[in-house]
Amino acid sequence: MPSATASQTIGPFWHLLDDPTWADLTRFGATGEKLILTGTVFDGDGKPCGDACVEIWQSDPAASDSFPGFGRCGTNARGEYRFVTLKPGPVPGRGNAQQAPHIAICVLARGLMRGLVTRAYFQGEALNESDPLLMAIDDPARRDTLIARPEATATWRMDIRLQGDRETVFLDV
Amino acid sequence: MSDPIPFRPYTTGTQPDYDTPEYGSTRKRHPMQRLQKLPHTITETTGPSFSPTRFPASVDLTVNTTGKAAIGERIIVAGTITDEDGRPVPNTMVEIWQANATGRYDHPGDQHDAPLDPNFHGAGRIFTDAEGRYRFLTIRPGAYPWPNHRNAWRPNHIHFSYFGPAFATRLVTQMYFPGDPLLAFDPIFNAMPDQEARDRLIAVFDLGVTEADYALGYRFDVVLRGRAATPMEA
Repeated sequence: MPSATASQTIGPFWHLLDDPTWADLTRFGATGEKLILTGTVFDGDGKPCGDACVEIWQSDPAASDSFPGFGRCGTNARGEYRFVTLKPGPVPGRGNAQQAPHIAICVLARGLMRGLVTRAYFQGEALNESDPLLMAIDDPARRDTLIARPEATATWRMDIRLQGDRETVFLDV
Repeated sequence: MSDPIPFRPYTTGTQPDYDTPEYGSTRKRHPMQRLQKLPHTITETTGPSFSPTRFPASVDLTVNTTGKAAIGERIIVAGTITDEDGRPVPNTMVEIWQANATGRYDHPGDQHDAPLDPNFHGAGRIFTDAEGRYRFLTIRPGAYPWPNHRNAWRPNHIHFSYFGPAFATRLVTQMYFPGDPLLAFDPIFNAMPDQEARDRLIAVFDLGVTEADYALGYRFDVVLRGRAATPMEA
């Protein structure tokens, strides 16, 4: 049996697909605790990436007719993305572990031959102290790159640094 | 609660490295640190589902909202999406986008001095059937220059985006055309060490997909990750 087909970069012109309403995961009438997840994508020179495609997926709350669980947002010229979604709760980990509330993120862009996967956790969640992924990262400064910070009411900032100083922890999934 | 069955690791050599120096844009965008291993959890083994009622299909890129025919060579692209066990991936959404026949994207960022076609936008959305098959009509995209190196030209290609059943099966790739002399010089196509992995990105001309007196047909079959045979503890 053949192995999975090779990935290729999404390139700079993926916006032909883009529907900006996809950045609002509550657009189909989802109810619950809303939050804004926003941040800037930086390259290895600390310059904003203005052509990235940021996608998010969360397994909680469960996807439904009113909540797709999936969002996509193109970064603007300042490299910023911004999602409106529902606050995730804890979800089961492997074995008997609990995972702290988190949102999965995939960054696709020109210059990325494959998507880069990371997660946004939420600062101050008690379960962060026992989350299997966070605990597997020894360096507290590295671990910190996965923690979204409250910025304003119900607004969380998660900057993504593709390379270099304070490089975001990316995941081998 | 039993653990979700993880997806198989990618086969060595079949995927491109993030650090692909010949492709200049990777230099400042590839991570320097090792990726953190993450055994799959419910977050990775579940994923979005898209219904054609909410996300309507558009299977004919040759006819724009203007109702007029696009310029260029009409082609049909068809194929099957399976997983690594050969099982069809049914009812999954596929997104496609591409340059027009002159090698120009209908995108403000594309500054290539080639004409836009007012009757061609170059984006579509299709769904596989119950057997994992898909088919759409489009215009054969042109080659275009890009600033990667002196006299750099992208081979003719169509961009594809696949979701499959899980966050872990997401795939974005490009389909190329058989016999394209530019393939040998393209750092994106050549980024995978494994020659067979490259060759599988080249569509196959197929007389069975071709429609008489209408359009040439190309077959492009795609494989998404399969489940690991047995649950793995990492």
